[in-house]
Amino acid sequence: MNFSNYQTDGFFDELFYENGSPRPGAQLLIQKIESLSRESLMTKQQAAEVMLLQMGITFAVYGNDEGSEKIFPFDVLPRIVDGSEWTQIEAGLKQRIFALNAFIEDIYNKKQILKDRIIPEELILSSKAYRQECIGFSPPHKIWCHVTGTDLIRDRDGKFYVLEDNLRCPSGVSYVLENRQVLKRTFPQVFEASKVRPVDDYPNRLLETLEHLAPQNVLSPRIGVLTPGIYNSAYFEHSFLARQMGVELVQGQDLVVQNGFVHMLTTKGLQRIDVLYRRIDDDFIDPLAFRPDSMLGVPGLMEVYKAGKIAMANAPGTGIADDKVIYAYVPEIIKYYTGEEPILPNVPTYICSDPKDQAYVLANLDKLVVKAANESGGYGMLIGPHSTREEQSIFAGLIRENPRNYMAQPTIDLSRAPTIVDGAIAGRHVDLRPYILYGKEIYVVPGGLTRVALRKGSLVVNSSQGGGSKDTWVVDGASEAGS
Amino acid sequence: MLSRVANSVYWMCRYIERAENVARFISVNLNLLLDLPLEEGHQWQPLISITGDRAQFEEKYGSCTQENVIKFLTFDKDYPNSIISCLQNARESARSVREIISSEMWEQLNRFYIEVKEAEESGFAQNDPHKFFLMIKMRGHMFTGLLYSTMSHGEAWHFAKMGLMLERADKISRILDVKYFMLLPKAEFVGAPYDNLQWAAVLKSVSAHDMYRKIFHRISPKQVADFLIFDTEFPRSIRHCISDALFSLHKITGTPQGSARNRAEKILGRLQADMDYTDIDEVLEFGMHDYLDALQVRLNQVGDEISTTFFKLVPLNSELTNQQ
Repeated sequence: MNFSNYQTDGFFDELFYENGSPRPGAQLLIQKIESLSRESLMTKQQAAEVMLLQMGITFAVYGNDEGSEKIFPFDVLPRIVDGSEWTQIEAGLKQRIFALNAFIEDIYNKKQILKDRIIPEELILSSKAYRQECIGFSPPHKIWCHVTGTDLIRDRDGKFYVLEDNLRCPSGVSYVLENRQVLKRTFPQVFEASKVRPVDDYPNRLLETLEHLAPQNVLSPRIGVLTPGIYNSAYFEHSFLARQMGVELVQGQDLVVQNGFVHMLTTKGLQRIDVLYRRIDDDFIDPLAFRPDSMLGVPGLMEVYKAGKIAMANAPGTGIADDKVIYAYVPEIIKYYTGEEPILPNVPTYICSDPKDQAYVLANLDKLVVKAANESGGYGMLIGPHSTREEQSIFAGLIRENPRNYMAQPTIDLSRAPTIVDGAIAGRHVDLRPYILYGKEIYVVPGGLTRVALRKGSLVVNSSQGGGSKDTWVVDGASEAGS
Repeated sequence: MLSRVANSVYWMCRYIERAENVARFISVNLNLLLDLPLEEGHQWQPLISITGDRAQFEEKYGSCTQENVIKFLTFDKDYPNSIISCLQNARESARSVREIISSEMWEQLNRFYIEVKEAEESGFAQNDPHKFFLMIKMRGHMFTGLLYSTMSHGEAWHFAKMGLMLERADKISRILDVKYFMLLPKAEFVGAPYDNLQWAAVLKSVSAHDMYRKIFHRISPKQVADFLIFDTEFPRSIRHCISDALFSLHKITGTPQGSARNRAEKILGRLQADMDYTDIDEVLEFGMHDYLDALQVRLNQVGDEISTTFFKLVPLNSELTNQQ
């Protein structure tokens, strides 16, 4: 199948230069695809989908009583990142996570950054994600954000920007691991020859990160993944990670607080549990501390946590650092805690609580992307260029009513990657979500989840909004491969 | 292991076995119809009577025709013991323990459920009921096979097997009960070729025909009952199921065989001992129906005790929770 009709349409393309020649690291893959007939490429695509279905990499589609399962749409053409470019991204992410963690520790304790007036204090205090319960508390080793999934995008100029920091319960890493299993079998020779950096170590690293949190006097800590249960759309991932790490998969109803510890209800009686990788939001983990109507949590969990008798990843309260308005201050935060310039830039951001910015935002709603401070998954968003006048005036009202809750960014023309659509190859917009673990050291999974907006021209890559995924290859020795 | 997980694994297997046995109930009747000129309308009613849900059936369907009964017992989503409801429950249980069971088991169960659902839509079940219920039996066998051969025989597995065996014991006793009730009073058939055919159909419906023949050669109602209740080697005899369930229960608790440390072990152990020292003549003297009825009551007690011992753990002092 050849690429002679493939157009980059003026966007930055992940596999091709504007003149149509392959980027470093992509030559082998492109040669391979060009050597395949259209039919055999489509056969590979179908085989990959069947493999994912058989591996059970599905998400449940509820709402009707059928309980049918679907696979998360997957594209067999990988996205390729050159090794030297990756080294920069990795350094940038480590720097950013280090600084964000220091920031969280600071604002719940000494509040130095507020005293030094780097960030307006009322911005922190007014955030829904700022947890009074965590004030004066430090988690083990002062690490708050153990697992992060940072969203990166590229603009037309090919430069990477951080779009969002997801420090609560970022999901998707199971797709990274499973996509890789599938692609290794789809393009075995190309994969081997391309020297792709492995991602398979993630479950081990995650387990180490969790073990690192266990109370010091516990020799072999008991660890669990806390899931909201089978009706959660990420349940497959929770179950997958528990299986890969060989730890318990627990629900709130399996846990009980007694004598100052958290216990699991087992067939042999109560058993103490030391570390929870919780995939339930702060709001729901403990009805006594947070939302009293939560059926998912464990009553009394926060008390045990604050007494240091159980550890949780991520720590409750980390959400403050991915408040979309705090985001605008992250470059300042990095400078403040590291004394360095940020390696990865932010997307320019207008804060609606700032009168000057607000005036600009209101005047340019048709050009900007407006986001609510505490929403994720593509909800609570206005994409200016694709919106109607009516939607714009609704958002104008929302912004005037509660300026603190909104920020806006210019529309970024996300980079594109060749993607199989209806039996042909076409450019589709992509982003990149690398996963970062903060344990004894900071570890970045080489690559991460490339999400792709499958609808033509769409810039929204979230799975809840019709996005799919690709495997991401960080390729070393690109120069040799090209020779 | 987690109580919730043990509970799910146990019920997953009970539901699958239940679904399979509903198919066996129906298929024994279908077989009888082929062999026997029974008056229309009477042969399906006992199937509804033994469910204990006759009122629910009559309200919705009225008369006990083949079509209505099959619809009720197979596809009625409002009836909790219909095949489709059982499979749906089994599938939900399996989904919540996917990290415990093998992916082969999950896929098999998933396919099982989808096939039954499609069989209703396509009319397969109505057009060729013999083949349809045979398919259900085979799916059940395949699931059990995968349970034995793809899942580690650890604690979770023993919970699964215990659920399977208790359900099977209960359902075999019900099939026997309803057939004894249906067939025996017809004095004119005793000794007639019909009689043999009918009891052969009962044996076939529980996959017992060939094994029975090896032991008793000729078919007689008493010996069929003897075989299905007391045989020590046949895997679908009640006695075999009970001792297998007891074996798993002891594997779970670690209590030595022949002793008891909780109520479940006590009741199930006593039941096994009773079966070891009872024979078919005593059963007939006591009355087959009364005997089987009492047996079902005891099996229910076992189920309740297992649930209290393992699944419904209540923390002793939940008020302590708020103290520190």
